[in-house]
Amino acid sequence: MSTVTLDKPVAARSGGQRRTPGDALVAGTSHTMLIIWSVIVIVPFCWVVLSSFKTSKEILSSPFSLPAEWSFENYTSAWTKAGIGTYFFNTVIVVGTALVLVMLLGAMCAYVLARFEFFGRNFIYYTMLGGLTFPVFLVIVPLFFVLQGFGLLNTLPGLILTYVAYALPFTVFFLYAFFKTLPDDVYEAAMMDGAGEWRTFFQIMLPMAAPGMAGVAIFNFLGLWNQFLLPVALNTQRENWVLTQGMASFSSQAGYNVDFGALFAGVVMTVLPVLVVYLIFQRRISGTVSTGTFR
Amino acid sequence: MAVTAGGPTEENPWGAAPGRRRRKLTLDRALFMTVFLGLPVAVFVIFVVVPIGQALFYSLTDWTGFSPVMNFVGLDNYAKLLHDETFLKALRNNVLLTIVVPLVTLVAALAIAVVVTTAGPSTGQVRGLNGSAFYRVVSFFPYAVPAVVIGLLWAQVYDPAAGLLNGMLTGIGLDGFKDYAWLGEVRAAMPASMFVMIWANIGFYTVLFVAAIKGVPAEIYEAARIDGAGRFRTAISITLPSIRDNVQTAYIYLGILTLDAFVFMAALNPGGGPANSTLTMSQHLLNIAFKKSQFGYATAMGVVLALVTLLFAALVFAVFHFAGGRDKKGDVRR
Repeated sequence: MSTVTLDKPVAARSGGQRRTPGDALVAGTSHTMLIIWSVIVIVPFCWVVLSSFKTSKEILSSPFSLPAEWSFENYTSAWTKAGIGTYFFNTVIVVGTALVLVMLLGAMCAYVLARFEFFGRNFIYYTMLGGLTFPVFLVIVPLFFVLQGFGLLNTLPGLILTYVAYALPFTVFFLYAFFKTLPDDVYEAAMMDGAGEWRTFFQIMLPMAAPGMAGVAIFNFLGLWNQFLLPVALNTQRENWVLTQGMASFSSQAGYNVDFGALFAGVVMTVLPVLVVYLIFQRRISGTVSTGTFR
Repeated sequence: MAVTAGGPTEENPWGAAPGRRRRKLTLDRALFMTVFLGLPVAVFVIFVVVPIGQALFYSLTDWTGFSPVMNFVGLDNYAKLLHDETFLKALRNNVLLTIVVPLVTLVAALAIAVVVTTAGPSTGQVRGLNGSAFYRVVSFFPYAVPAVVIGLLWAQVYDPAAGLLNGMLTGIGLDGFKDYAWLGEVRAAMPASMFVMIWANIGFYTVLFVAAIKGVPAEIYEAARIDGAGRFRTAISITLPSIRDNVQTAYIYLGILTLDAFVFMAALNPGGGPANSTLTMSQHLLNIAFKKSQFGYATAMGVVLALVTLLFAALVFAVFHFAGGRDKKGDVRR
């Protein structure tokens, strides 16, 4: 990386795709480093996938060989005995509902904040922004009792509402920028045609913000699917657990009676949905990052 | 936050629409705004703002949570924190994490981002290495995996007997690592945990910096090249100053993450590691609150955690502000 190439401007002007020795050296070193890094990222995942097809005994005795026979037994036992199936459905319900709610509420809030002038607008905006920076740990204890007060502690609706509240600042913050950039003419035209505020929002402005909504929704999905602290403190009844809690319980089991096969299978089943979402949307994820707040 | 773009103070980009914000307040519009603003704000106030207020109050009491009785004890909880050896150890661990993890992560992410965007052939257009899309996709992937699962996965990799790491090390002849407990030795537990956090975060920040670097006009790179600047010089003198706002924001984000660090640590070493060597404030807080029911004391810890976070953010702002000041390359930015 640190090589200073000796090109003269002449070389640049001559335009061709010729490679100088410096180029080759830089490219070689960079590729080597990046390939080593890629291996460090990929190999642990491959190892987990391989191990998930072995028996627990095999995992402990010969951790690096191919499985003696490819069996899906770990998957069925993780799904049923370790309760991953239940946790999976809980997670889908909680994350799905919370995602829809937070996108709707977030879009509503961001729209009004971005496009209307009224007293206290800046105050609300900056309070929300402040919510982005406060550590959740500050509020975890009072939150516990707020939920208890509503009778929502250890219930899925309680968890959903909490997810919505804590994903809201991020959502508003990003969507604010998108609604801000929508042209005014369209809004004026809709008004002129007598659409009214409600129809203008749902039929004109919201669809126009769809690209922004999609990007934010992906990030919210990843964030909520991976959420751990809120459920650990607020959702302690085993039948209501979400996936991350189920997975964590593997690590807190003492000693060697951990069902390693089921553990590895559970890891694969937790990662698979996010991997699919990621691979489908990875282009959009990079795009959202670049057009998002970091400018 | 460093992010100001899109803030309400920003000039209206469609400056020529003066009527936009001074429309008449009809009943329809008033109702619309009330509902649209009221619902989200209500959720936010009930579940975020009110608990923050309560936290400040509880931290001044000796409340145990199970009885309605609570005595106002002033700053006693905070005084007690100063003598709580376990808490101070956890605080030191968090500070250590916040110094090391962001630094290593950002340097590595910057290096990768620079290489995949501007380290291509030095003739023709300024561009990245061939195949850079592949590296980008691969290294971002850990960000999509739940942190708990990353912790679990690495706990298995680090496993003394059946772990991947020791298997590879003994495989290449380093027999000293046979049965070495990476997470069980006081010396190794913290660095091993740090590595996992770095591993998990490099990709996200790489993607972030790649996007930022692509926003820098190509002419500047071409001009630098014509002036005879090599790749390293270009990276230091052009790329870094151009994206320093992004680096600052990233530093703060990562700092907030490492001051918390709960998820990774809870998955790698649920008990706080050998001799509390990987215990974090957040783990200690949860223990005190939900296992020992000292809710007043635990919320005081939460307040300290929040204060440390704010202090850290202020420190980063100050350092970035004074080191280099408002750099003159400001106009480089898009």
